[in-house]
Amino acid sequence: MNIVVCLKQVPDTNEVKIDPKTGTLIREGVPSIINPDDKNALEESLRLKDEHGAHVTVISMGPPQAEKALREALAMGADEAILVSDRAFAGADTLATSHALAATLSKLDYDVVFAGRQAIDGDTAQVGPEIAEHLNLAQITYVEKVDIIKGGLKVRRAWEDGYENIEVKTPVLLTAIKELNEPRYMNIKNIYDMFQNKEVKVWNATDIGADVALLGLKGSPTKVKKSMTKEPKGKGELVQLPANEAALYVVSKLKENHFI
Amino acid sequence: MNFTLTKEQEFVKQMVREFTINEVEPIAAEIDRTERFPMETVEKMAKYHMLGIPFATKYGGAGGDNLSYIIAIEEVSKACGTTGVILSGHTSLCVGPLDMFGTEEQKMKYMVPLAKGEKIGAFGLTEPNAGTDASEQQTTAILDGDNYILNGSKIFITNGGVAETFIIFAMTDKSKGTRGITAFIVEKSFEGFSVGKLEDKLGIRASSTTELVFTNCIVPKENMLGKEGKGFGIAMKTLDAGRIGIAAQALGIAEGALDEAVKYMKERKQFGKPLAAFQGLQWMVAELDVKIEAAKLLVYKAAANKDAGIPYTVEAARAKLFASEVAMEVTTKAVQIFGGYGYTKEYPVERMMRDAKITEIYEGTSQVQKMVIAGNLLK
Repeated sequence: MNIVVCLKQVPDTNEVKIDPKTGTLIREGVPSIINPDDKNALEESLRLKDEHGAHVTVISMGPPQAEKALREALAMGADEAILVSDRAFAGADTLATSHALAATLSKLDYDVVFAGRQAIDGDTAQVGPEIAEHLNLAQITYVEKVDIIKGGLKVRRAWEDGYENIEVKTPVLLTAIKELNEPRYMNIKNIYDMFQNKEVKVWNATDIGADVALLGLKGSPTKVKKSMTKEPKGKGELVQLPANEAALYVVSKLKENHFI
Repeated sequence: MNFTLTKEQEFVKQMVREFTINEVEPIAAEIDRTERFPMETVEKMAKYHMLGIPFATKYGGAGGDNLSYIIAIEEVSKACGTTGVILSGHTSLCVGPLDMFGTEEQKMKYMVPLAKGEKIGAFGLTEPNAGTDASEQQTTAILDGDNYILNGSKIFITNGGVAETFIIFAMTDKSKGTRGITAFIVEKSFEGFSVGKLEDKLGIRASSTTELVFTNCIVPKENMLGKEGKGFGIAMKTLDAGRIGIAAQALGIAEGALDEAVKYMKERKQFGKPLAAFQGLQWMVAELDVKIEAAKLLVYKAAANKDAGIPYTVEAARAKLFASEVAMEVTTKAVQIFGGYGYTKEYPVERMMRDAKITEIYEGTSQVQKMVIAGNLLK
């Protein structure tokens, strides 16, 4: 089975601060990490590899420094890594990004494309589904369990208040949520082996054969009109009561403050 | 001169830091309180090839370098000194001498499972009457046909109660003094071997520090490590390397304590402002920061020398002397910064202070390190 994992290098938003004047992220000195949901997608692919045998390729669209995230994926156990990097991709919104990744995928063999649900910097959850649409693939989002069955996969898709079990034929695109698994660490032996024996291939816009008009800023219909920073709220009050008493307490507080 | 870590070393540091935050730090207080050996942590370290970092892959190692291994000890020790010494005792004191002095057969049989972390290793040199003066070995090994028969006991053995393979030193010829000491590879299952009393310690309480007892213990002749009469040199060379590990443990404990103190200074308010706003305390942490950085350079230099294949005996002694004293100073002052809270088990700094003290004592006291350094100056 061939699995391709799409991953993104993101700033660790736990460490990010927002410039109150410009409303933009202050990225300086903030460590870059593999987007957490993408790491769950990678872990599940590596688990399937360990248990059933599979070839796991990781791909990422990003600047040259995103190589580090791909190297980390190799040290966790991925077999191959491709960085899709070109100035033509700069300024891409989710649509342009999904075109670049779909074009990359069309150059690869895959049975399963595994992405994270959403990235912690943009929080859109759009790129995975968009890739599936471009490639005419079945897609299952919010995946919290995967089993291999004859001819395809049995997948559990999380709902807010339950789940659904879906059997699907490959090829298929899945998006992972954190409930799917607990990602492994890099393996120290793999770290040395990877730097000695594995390279991160770099593909540019020509290599992936994409329509340049669909890439980067040109291919991005999203325009940011305005961004603002939420006023920080004061510390809330934590009250631990049985549900019925808690409801009464909330009502009394709402009355006290003349909301009702 | 290059002070930049290699990409491999950076990745190892990141991996061990993540491992420490998720696996080591959450149980550090509990295992200290209950003196419970963290076997689950050791099993996880084995899975990620953390128990044989600097050794060749053909001998079960991760194929890494010594500085990466030292960084790994430093990172785990930031949260837990016990875990630091489990890693260091196993790697430097048991797998290390097998790597340096073992025959190909001994490496295949003993080093491979140890470096893979399938078994835990330990080192037995210290005896009730042979501490700093390790030449006063009273454990004897008498050749009897194809076996040596060992009698005597060892004390204060790190990983004693959990190890399956031991590097043990014994007198094969008392008349020759230090030239009569020989090293042996002893398995836990050998007839006549037993684990004695578990020590109740001030710090590193979850590490298994025990007595080892040899009562007509039968050790096959082929388990002699190195040549007969060469054991003292093997012990000293092993300890040279081990000291870099202990220095890294001390460094990690110091860094962990300063991190805690800095965090607390930003949160804790007195006289209407955070502790971080008081210059007296600012200067205190600034001084500690410089000492930690100086200790780190000494520790890394000793490790880098070992990687470069150049002498490191004096470098290791300097690193251990300085880093352990810095650890003691930083942890003591961290407790001071925390005030009354620091003296309680609600915060980790009192544990760090207790863990730090041993680094001035084991694998050569501070006084022994000074003997090594002065001996080199005055030779």
